Amino acid sequence: MSVLVFAESSEGKFKKVAFEAISYGKKVAEQLNTNVVVLTINADNTSELSNYGAEKVIKVTDDKLKSFSAKAYANVIKQVVEKENADVIIIDSSVNGLYLAPIVAVNLDAGYASNTVAAPSSTSPFTVKRKAFSNKAFNNTEIKTAKKVIGLAKNSFGLVENNTNTTEESFSPALRDANFGVKATSVDKATGTVTIADADIVVSGGRGLKGPENWGMIEELAEVLGAATACSKPVSDLGWRPHDEHVGQTGKPVASNLYIAIGISGAIQHLAGINSSKVKVVINTDPEAPFFKAADYGIVGDAFEVVPQLIEKLKEFKAQNA
Amino acid sequence: MKILVCISHVPDTTSKINFTDNDTKFDTNGVQFVINPYDEFVLTRAMWFKEKQGASVTVVNVGNATTEPTLRKALAIGADDAIRVSTEATDGFFVAKQLAEVAKNGSYDLILAGKESIDYNGGMVPGMLASILNYNFINACISIEVDGTNVTASREIDGGKESLSCSLPLVIGGQKGVVEEKDLRIPNMRGIMMARKKPLTVVEPVSFDATTSSTSFEKPAAKGAVKLVDANNVGELVDLLHNEAKVI
Ligand SMILES: Cc1cc2nc3c(=O)[nH]c(=O)nc-3n(C[C@H](O)[C@H](O)[C@H](O)COP(=O)(O)OP(=O)(O)OC[C@H]3O[C@@H](n4cnc5c(N)ncnc54)[C@H](O)[C@@H]3O)c2cc1C
Ligand SMILES: Nc1ncnc2c1ncn2[C@@H]1O[C@H](COP(=O)(O)O)[C@@H](O)[C@H]1O
Repeated sequence: MSVLVFAESSEGKFKKVAFEAISYGKKVAEQLNTNVVVLTINADNTSELSNYGAEKVIKVTDDKLKSFSAKAYANVIKQVVEKENADVIIIDSSVNGLYLAPIVAVNLDAGYASNTVAAPSSTSPFTVKRKAFSNKAFNNTEIKTAKKVIGLAKNSFGLVENNTNTTEESFSPALRDANFGVKATSVDKATGTVTIADADIVVSGGRGLKGPENWGMIEELAEVLGAATACSKPVSDLGWRPHDEHVGQTGKPVASNLYIAIGISGAIQHLAGINSSKVKVVINTDPEAPFFKAADYGIVGDAFEVVPQLIEKLKEFKAQNA
Repeated sequence: MKILVCISHVPDTTSKINFTDNDTKFDTNGVQFVINPYDEFVLTRAMWFKEKQGASVTVVNVGNATTEPTLRKALAIGADDAIRVSTEATDGFFVAKQLAEVAKNGSYDLILAGKESIDYNGGMVPGMLASILNYNFINACISIEVDGTNVTASREIDGGKESLSCSLPLVIGGQKGVVEEKDLRIPNMRGIMMARKKPLTVVEPVSFDATTSSTSFEKPAAKGAVKLVDANNVGELVDLLHNEAKVI
């Protein structure tokens, strides 16, 4: 018996969600009195994994797996599950993780609990807490099968340092052409900017900013904070900002540590997508704006006055804490 | 081309979420149910294939009789016929098994589903369905074109998109992008009249042991009141974010 974590990497580098998944896997393994095995595919440097409790690393390196292929990756996971006799498989909730996990579950005849936010409340019956109803509630789900797949919601468990002696082993999976039916032909990716999915901090602007010409201060604020920029739906509908910045129920989900909403009213459909951010800040001229009910910190004020001051204060703060 | 569109029947986004029976059941009292928003995008794309490429479009739901108005709405938007697998949709794997049975019986070339349902936000059914059928699968799909049996599509990835190619049969988990929001179809009067006469077949479920079960629901802990910072004292916010919230 063991717990298997798939540690996702991109261009050889681990994503932060990989470390969170291992931290979580370590906790589940402790509950089950067993070990954590971590699978990496085409990752360069696996030494960081021992910081989070990885007892054993299975390293797969294969050019055929260079670009993500859900079916092929799922098949590799299955081979490692069999080899390591794993019962619980943990996969993150990145776009690729969400693509992969249901396939893994069917391949293993396993029950799958997606959007899991906490360590099992009980291991027999095996019960986990999941997000449901667009973050308006949680659902406790029992997984009844012998093998169990857990999809871990981003930023729900956090990183837990746990220095461990790690053993490493290479593994060459058998790859079948049939698993490469869907081929990636090209990738179109913004470089050099923090993506909403990866960001710890997201700075988001709404219709209160009046027009695209006023986004300079939003970008500057994001830069000072090392944050990604986002926007409300009308802002992208109006063409002020690109569509991939639209967050909310019908846009991208945000689960950052800090979400700063500027000139956003806080409509239910907006909140539904950003609710799982840990700390929410609102800057709005209208004290009655619904966002104040959802936020942890707020400033009632004009963004055009508040934001430049905030940028100044943050720069001072950074200079002091550098 | 034969297209199957999987429709999930979900509470409208603005619904109040409450639970009954000791927090084990979703309280449907006063809740308005709609076609899952992601499914509206793929259904509209199916209409486009029907009109431009002569495809037939069947919609399917796994659910009890209360979901029929949602299927009728899909018929009013323009689907040719509907199938309801008559059983409670309790678990993603179970639903995928039922849909796989429908898919096999109808030998569909293209199966369109949404990337997730906004009720349980499972994001399970499309990938599971594709795996059970051993069809190609594209998740978070944001564009799809079909030429004969060749498919070109794209999917969302972190920070951008990826172009893909594959052949039919294919299952997608789709979202905004497969059509634009302004192009979403809504039923018109004529569609609603015609939908009444279109076939809605009720089929019995196949047996399959549930792999998961919902034991209870919880509401998030009540949030404390917002802490207001004076607009003339913005530095205090920086302080709070650093020392209290510890996020910067
Ligand atoms: C089915 C459906 C799905 C939807 N999905 C989404 C979604 O995914 N994401 C989303 O965001 N929306 C979504 N919406 C739209 C949503 O209901 C709101 O209309 C939208 O979020 C409002 O955007 P906003 O807050 O930027 O604009 P507004 O509602 O116009 O709010 C602007 C805010 O700016 C404030 N303001 C004005 N001037 C200033 C100033 N100088 N300084 C500071 N504040 C100022 C105002 O007080 C106001 O609160 C959806 C709607 C529907 C029906
Ligand atoms: N009960 C159901 N009947 C038909 N299709 C469904 C059902 N549940 C989910 N689906 C389809 O699967 C997609 C993803 O749903 P889910 O896995 O529940 O998040 C939905 O957008 C639908 O297309």
